[in-house]
Amino acid sequence: MSWHLLASPARFMRYSERIRPWASALALGAIAIGLYQGLFASPADYQQGDTVRIMYVHVPSAWMALFCYTAMAVSSAGYLVWKQPLAEIAARATAPIGACFTALALATGSLWGKPMWGTWWVWDARLTSVLVLLFLYLGYMALADAFDDPVKGGKAASILALVGFVNVPIVKFSVDWWNTLHQPVSVARMDGPTIDPAMLAPLLIMAAGFTLYYVALVIVRMQALVLERRVRALQQVAAGA
Amino acid sequence: MKRKHRRLGFLMVGAVLLAGAAALVLSAFEENLLFFFTPTQLAAESQPEGRRLRLGGLVEEGSVVKQTDGLTVTFVVTDLTETVPVTYTGVLPDLFREGQGVVVEGALGADGMLRASEVLAKHDETYMPKEVKEALEASGEWRGEEATP
Repeated sequence: MSWHLLASPARFMRYSERIRPWASALALGAIAIGLYQGLFASPADYQQGDTVRIMYVHVPSAWMALFCYTAMAVSSAGYLVWKQPLAEIAARATAPIGACFTALALATGSLWGKPMWGTWWVWDARLTSVLVLLFLYLGYMALADAFDDPVKGGKAASILALVGFVNVPIVKFSVDWWNTLHQPVSVARMDGPTIDPAMLAPLLIMAAGFTLYYVALVIVRMQALVLERRVRALQQVAAGA
Repeated sequence: MKRKHRRLGFLMVGAVLLAGAAALVLSAFEENLLFFFTPTQLAAESQPEGRRLRLGGLVEEGSVVKQTDGLTVTFVVTDLTETVPVTYTGVLPDLFREGQGVVVEGALGADGMLRASEVLAKHDETYMPKEVKEALEASGEWRGEEATP
C-alpha cells in the first residue's frame, strides 16, 4: 500500500518542497516568454487585428478553470471514498485558484466581446455555464468553511464539488450542443487546430506556464493547510491536557 | 476494504443518476438553450408579430444598403436556405460586413422585416495572420470567412 505512504502529510511536506521552487521558476519563465510572444512577437489576426492578443490570457485561463474544477472533483472523490485527508486538503487548496482563473476568463472574455461581438455579455450557453462554474467554486469555498468542525465542512463541500462536476462537460461542449454567440473550439479538434502555428505556439506556452503556476500555488496552499491542521490538533491536545 | 467498496459503488451510482438527470433537463430545455433562431427555423414556425427574438446567420453578399439618414442600415440574413430582411438604426460592430456571421435581436414586423434593436457580430474559430489569408486566397485554397453560420 505504497499509495497510502505517499499520501501521508509528512511525506507530502518533504517532497512538495523539492518541487515548489522548480515549478515557480518554470512558471515564471513560461509566462514571461508566452506573454512576450503573444503580445509582441506573434502576428495579428486577419479578421480581429491586435484584439486577438486577449486570447493568450483568456483561453489558458478558461482551460485552467475547467482543469482546476476537475482536479477538485477527483480529489473530493478520493477523500469521500478512501478517506485521504490530503485529498481533501488538495481540493480545498485548489478552489480559490480555480475561482480566480474563472473570474479572469470571464473578465478577459468580456473585454474581448465588446470590440469583437459588440457586447460585454450575453446569456448564451457558454457564457452562462462558465458563470455557473464560478458560483460553484464560491459555493464550495463557502460551504467548506461554514462549519466549526473542518471535517464536516470538508465532507459537505466534497459532495458539492462532485455534484457540480456535471457542469464541466456542459461548459466544454456548450458550443457544440447549442448555437451560441461564442465560437466553437479552435485547438482540441478532431480535424486539427484551426489556429495558425505562429499563434498556437505562444498559446500553448502560456497554458504550460499557467499549469506550472497552479502547481506552485497549490503546493504553497496545501502546505499552509497541513500546518494549520497540525496547529489545530496540538491546540486540541493542549486543551484536553 | 468492504466499506470503501460500498462508498465507491454509492458514488458511481450517484454519478450515473446525476448525469442522467442532467441529460434529461438539458434535452427538455433544448429550445430555450439556443441563443438564436436560424432563418430556416424562423420560416418553419410562424412567429407572432412583434415578439422579440434573436436571429443568427450570415449577412448576404450585396444586401447591405445604407439609408439616407446615414444611421439606418438594411441587410438580409441568410443561412443559405432561407433569408430574412433586417433593418437596424445604430452603430454596427467593427466586424460587421457582408459574408460575416451576425446575431440580430429584434421583433418581426407584419411585412416580414425584422426590426433590430441590437446587432452582434459572430466570428469563427479560425485564427491566422493576414499574410497567410492572402497566400491562401492567392492559391485558391481560401474557403470563405464562415464555412458554417
